[in-house]
Amino acid sequence: MRAGSKALIELVNVSKRYKVGEHTINALDNVSLTVKEGEFVSITGPSGSGKSTLMHIIGLLDTPTVGSVIFEGEDISQLTESKLAQIRNKKLGFVFQQFNLLERTTALENVALPLLYSEIPEREMNEQALKALQSVGLLEHAQHFANQLSGGQQQRVAIARALVNNPKVLLADEPTGNLDSQSTREIVEILKNLNKQGRTIIIVTHESDIARKAKRAIRLKDGKIIR
Amino acid sequence: MLGVIIGVASVILLVSIGSGLRTLVTGELQGLGSNLLLVVPGELEVSRGGPAAGGGALGSFTTSKIKEEDVQKVRQNVSGIVEAVGVAYAGSSIRFADERKSIQIIGTTPEFPDVRNTSVAAGVFFSTVDVSKASRVVVLGSTVAEDLFGTSREGIDSRVIIGDVRYTVIGILEKTGGFGQTSVDDQVIVPITTLRQQFNLDNISFIYIQVERAQDIPMVTRDVQTVLAARLGEDEFTIIDQKEILSTVSNILNTLTLALGGIAAISLLVGGIGIMNIMLVSVTERTREIGLRKAVGATPEVILMQFLTEAVVLSVGGGIMGILVGVAGSLLVGRFITTTVNLWAIIVAFGVSAAVGIIFGVMPARRASRLSPIEALRYE
Repeated sequence: MRAGSKALIELVNVSKRYKVGEHTINALDNVSLTVKEGEFVSITGPSGSGKSTLMHIIGLLDTPTVGSVIFEGEDISQLTESKLAQIRNKKLGFVFQQFNLLERTTALENVALPLLYSEIPEREMNEQALKALQSVGLLEHAQHFANQLSGGQQQRVAIARALVNNPKVLLADEPTGNLDSQSTREIVEILKNLNKQGRTIIIVTHESDIARKAKRAIRLKDGKIIR
Repeated sequence: MLGVIIGVASVILLVSIGSGLRTLVTGELQGLGSNLLLVVPGELEVSRGGPAAGGGALGSFTTSKIKEEDVQKVRQNVSGIVEAVGVAYAGSSIRFADERKSIQIIGTTPEFPDVRNTSVAAGVFFSTVDVSKASRVVVLGSTVAEDLFGTSREGIDSRVIIGDVRYTVIGILEKTGGFGQTSVDDQVIVPITTLRQQFNLDNISFIYIQVERAQDIPMVTRDVQTVLAARLGEDEFTIIDQKEILSTVSNILNTLTLALGGIAAISLLVGGIGIMNIMLVSVTERTREIGLRKAVGATPEVILMQFLTEAVVLSVGGGIMGILVGVAGSLLVGRFITTTVNLWAIIVAFGVSAAVGIIFGVMPARRASRLSPIEALRYE
């Protein structure tokens, strides 16, 4: 699967407004965007430009104030919250800047978390979670608690968790923001390899050299796509 | 969890101590018999110094000016009484084989069991013949019998030595379950004449007067006062109405129960607030976890179920452990003072803390489960 195949996610005239006291902030202003299967898209822009908001809307974590989001041909404004949760569970994987692992929980259990919310039998859960951990090179740390791991290792656990349900899209919000350069290189390498295997990757970053690794770069400013 | 355990346990323990005390004291007082008047030596103010009465009376046994003739006069001259019984006390020891025990000896007449609301469990009580002949026979309190013979049923016809005089055991009283020196369980009873001979006494420590009808008590009290005052000075005797003691004591007990109930209610409240805070904080702290779980595909219902399950396990588990600790504590304390484990205390303490735990465990989880995953994840 290469870029150029069918559309996976479409945003049509999407705006997102927040009310902060008296003021209304236009986090996203009339954004239209199509992400196709197999793409590696980077979203960059200065802080406050709306790049995280854009990613949350693409990832069905948030809904737009105006405009529509179409995921695999389905308008998501018509879907219930439970249905959205199911789509996030099966088709989307998230990696956050803060890792968001459950402390005092083993790496393996963290990775298996999304499987708890799918209909996978318990026996297969461990198997799949171990496979995902292996793919990020952390098999030997499966029984370690999340808070015993280094930052780079934690983020790799988070990537394994995002991959465990074999999702179509991996969304990463500043995945290297809290990491040193060595760990950053490892994470970027993992993301590139995943894209080579045909996975759609959307990454929000403010580091231009990471953005350059992506095949398509989207630049935001004041809630608008400027490139 | 600890909050729930402590809250539930302390309520159960406090209430069981309170109700135990109440049962004990009222039981003890009613065990004295009903419609009872007590003539004690010296001058006492019962209504004001209720609890001090026992101490004061004990102190004045030896200086008592009351004599057997006073008992006879009351019997003959006061109407409306069932019985008047004089009682003399002496302290000594009792011996059987190798067993030796310090005891209080009561010298009295055959009417004593009726007045004191007790009866013999084995053997017989002594008769008027024994009194007139000053027979060396003794009726043992049940605890005394247990200590000497190992059981409270055996020992009839045995020879025991009281002081340095040999007595024959003719009866053993049934257990009354009272406490301390005033309980007949710990005393032995001999004919009053025998006691006088042995200890060279000529006075009487108490007169028990059983009144026929409750409404006659004021009248009988007045008559007894008149009869006794003919020979004794005003300050040489006091008439105490058992009902007066009972009502004084039960007033104190009501206050005590109320105070203990108040303490229990406060500890339940404090425990409840503790549980509430723990649950609120721990669930609110986990708002980010809730956001994450939602992001990876948990529906609000699933989140709510998870937190409901956790709250139920914590509250119910903690509550059950609290009940165990509370009941165990009551039993432990019950070795020293009487406690009565109160079922209502268990139900209320458990119910309140479990409800508080579940409500305040689920409420913040419910709020968090309704946030969008992003809002929940951003929560600091």
